[in-house]
Amino acid sequence: MTAVGAEPLLRVEDLRIVFASRRGELVAVDGVSFAIARGEVLGLVGESGAGKSVTGAAIIGLLDPPGRIAGGRILFEGARIDHLPEEELRRLRGRRIGAVFQDPLTALNPLYTIGRQLVETMRTHLDIGAAEARGRALRLLKEVGIPAAERRFDAYPHELSGGMRQRVVIALALAADPALVIADEPTTALDVSIQAQIIALLKRLCQERGTAVLLITHDMGVIAGAADRVAVMYAGRIVEIGPVAEVLLAPKHPYTVGLMGSIPPLGRKVERLMQIEGSMPRLHEIPPGCAFHPRCPHMRPRCREARPEPVTVGPGHHAACWLFAEEGPDGRA
Amino acid sequence: MLAFVLRRLAQALLVMLTVGLIAFALFRYVGDPINNLVGQETSLAEREALRERLGLNDPFFVQYARFLANAARGDFGFSYIYRRPVAELIAERLPATLELSFAAALLALLVGIPMGVYTALRRRGVLAQGFMMVSLVGVSIPTFLIGILLILVFGVLLRWLPTFGRGEVVELGWWTTGLLTVSGLKALIMPAVTLALFQMTLIMRLVRAEMLEVLRTDYIRFARARGLKSRTIHFGHALKNTLVPVMTITGLQLGSIIAFAIITESVFQWPGMGLLFVQAINEVDIPVMAAYLMLIALFFVIINLVVDILYYLVDPRLRADRAVAHGHG
Ligand SMILES: Nc1ncnc2c1ncn2[C@@H]1O[C@H](COP(=O)(O)OP(=O)(O)OP(=O)(O)O)[C@@H](O)[C@H]1O
Ligand SMILES: [Mg+2]
Repeated sequence: MTAVGAEPLLRVEDLRIVFASRRGELVAVDGVSFAIARGEVLGLVGESGAGKSVTGAAIIGLLDPPGRIAGGRILFEGARIDHLPEEELRRLRGRRIGAVFQDPLTALNPLYTIGRQLVETMRTHLDIGAAEARGRALRLLKEVGIPAAERRFDAYPHELSGGMRQRVVIALALAADPALVIADEPTTALDVSIQAQIIALLKRLCQERGTAVLLITHDMGVIAGAADRVAVMYAGRIVEIGPVAEVLLAPKHPYTVGLMGSIPPLGRKVERLMQIEGSMPRLHEIPPGCAFHPRCPHMRPRCREARPEPVTVGPGHHAACWLFAEEGPDGRA
Repeated sequence: MLAFVLRRLAQALLVMLTVGLIAFALFRYVGDPINNLVGQETSLAEREALRERLGLNDPFFVQYARFLANAARGDFGFSYIYRRPVAELIAERLPATLELSFAAALLALLVGIPMGVYTALRRRGVLAQGFMMVSLVGVSIPTFLIGILLILVFGVLLRWLPTFGRGEVVELGWWTTGLLTVSGLKALIMPAVTLALFQMTLIMRLVRAEMLEVLRTDYIRFARARGLKSRTIHFGHALKNTLVPVMTITGLQLGSIIAFAIITESVFQWPGMGLLFVQAINEVDIPVMAAYLMLIALFFVIINLVVDILYYLVDPRLRADRAVAHGHG
């Protein structure tokens, strides 16, 4: 399902992530494929527990045990990065792939000044001296909109507000000029009044640098405003992926349709879907066939028996639903 | 900073006054001090005269105040047994106890912290699990037993180390040190190990637990996401955050090393204050007991104060008087 360009920046193919547990292996992500082109913003949405965060963590090699990549491939700039040795992954993280975490209040080391954390990140990846790193860090702090950057350079995290700290986190993610940033709910923990500012900042900075973004969020408003394409996840699978305008205005998968019908007032989380009865199954009780069938208004017998594969429903627009498959479970659309 | 130190100093003073009260009560109400000063044949009138002269008939608070004033000058009167000023006796014994305690504290920290870090980082390693098991043994065997076992093995069977005493000492002014002679250093090994073992295992387990906690935090995860080297993350970011809470408890532990030295000094006949105190208890030598109590309390208070100030210097979140650089958005 590579949508854009000959060689995308990131290509995830048939990714499968499992967690070992007492009840056996729980499959958190199953057969997920997508690609991100250079400079592109791909939104990743879905209910809580859909597998968005573990997908992001797998890409930067930060899946915590007992989680592991059990299948599929992750290619970055054409080379496989799943199962890389830890030292090579480390050189990639922060250097080529940056990360923005959800909670800026806990993402920064409380005992180091923000200047020190910036300089340290730069000097780990770039061959520059202390003075040059300081200069770069100050410029970056100004760019992310921190007033009086000179003074803030020596401030400790607790001396900054949540919004300011998230700006610092963004600066840290961009410190070594990565080609891709994975932003996992970058505004969820923030005050509603500053969420839009932070998203706009992230989008502008990445646009200026040609940095691609995997933007994980609950918030359809964020997707509408910032993403080029969007992937919708449900129970560990991508059920629909396509250009933002297509998916938001003409959703195909019944789950996406329900999701769009339940867009809350801008800025609020999609925790429960009003339009769709029931809730997403937990990992150990994902039903056979299409995982969405118990909640689907268009459910047919076939949906209980076989899992639908993604089919093309428009230009660069795919949905995994039997409604759009021309052939039966044993044929491919 | 100044307000912080002053507040802590006031608290320290309160603690010292309370301990002083206990020491004073000991003085005043355990037995009749006059009996300890005069012989059997002294007449009642003579006793009463002495009582009056020593101020023992004054009101409680007057006596307490006088006791404190004297104590502050280091004057605890005369030992009933040795018939010498208590301050002199203590000053003679102090170096032995302090050298033993500092050696033990240093050992406990220098071994305990690295072992704690190691067992946290290699949680599932065979060696780390071995350390954890040994440490359980270390916590559960009483100190005197460890001392006796050491004496048996290294003193009696192998004859490598002396089993008692301090070895040869060198005088530096009023301070006597065993650290400058070979026999003094050899004599120090077993008592120091004995005294350190319990604290060492405690510090190790504490550091391990705290480090594991820190390694799970968001900022460590984010540090990894930033691609920092694991050396930087473990021994910079994680260790520093681990040591902040560990510092307080460890500080208190060091105080209790000085207090626990009593047992070790008895086992090894180490000529320190602990041994003096045990003898004082046997002989009901109240002035020595009182002085010892107050000195130990003073050590605790000083260590506490130092730890608090260190804590304040290490953790920027406590420095409330820094200009708060709050911004909006
Ligand atoms: N350490 C773990 N052990 C077991 N299961 C886990 C672990 N971490 C995540 N999971 C499971 O993996 C699934 C996906 O989790 P993930 O955090 O990716 O969800 P998410 O889509 O990011 O949700 P949210 O919107 O709440 O962040 C969940 O069902 C979760 O229970
Ligand atoms: Mg998540």
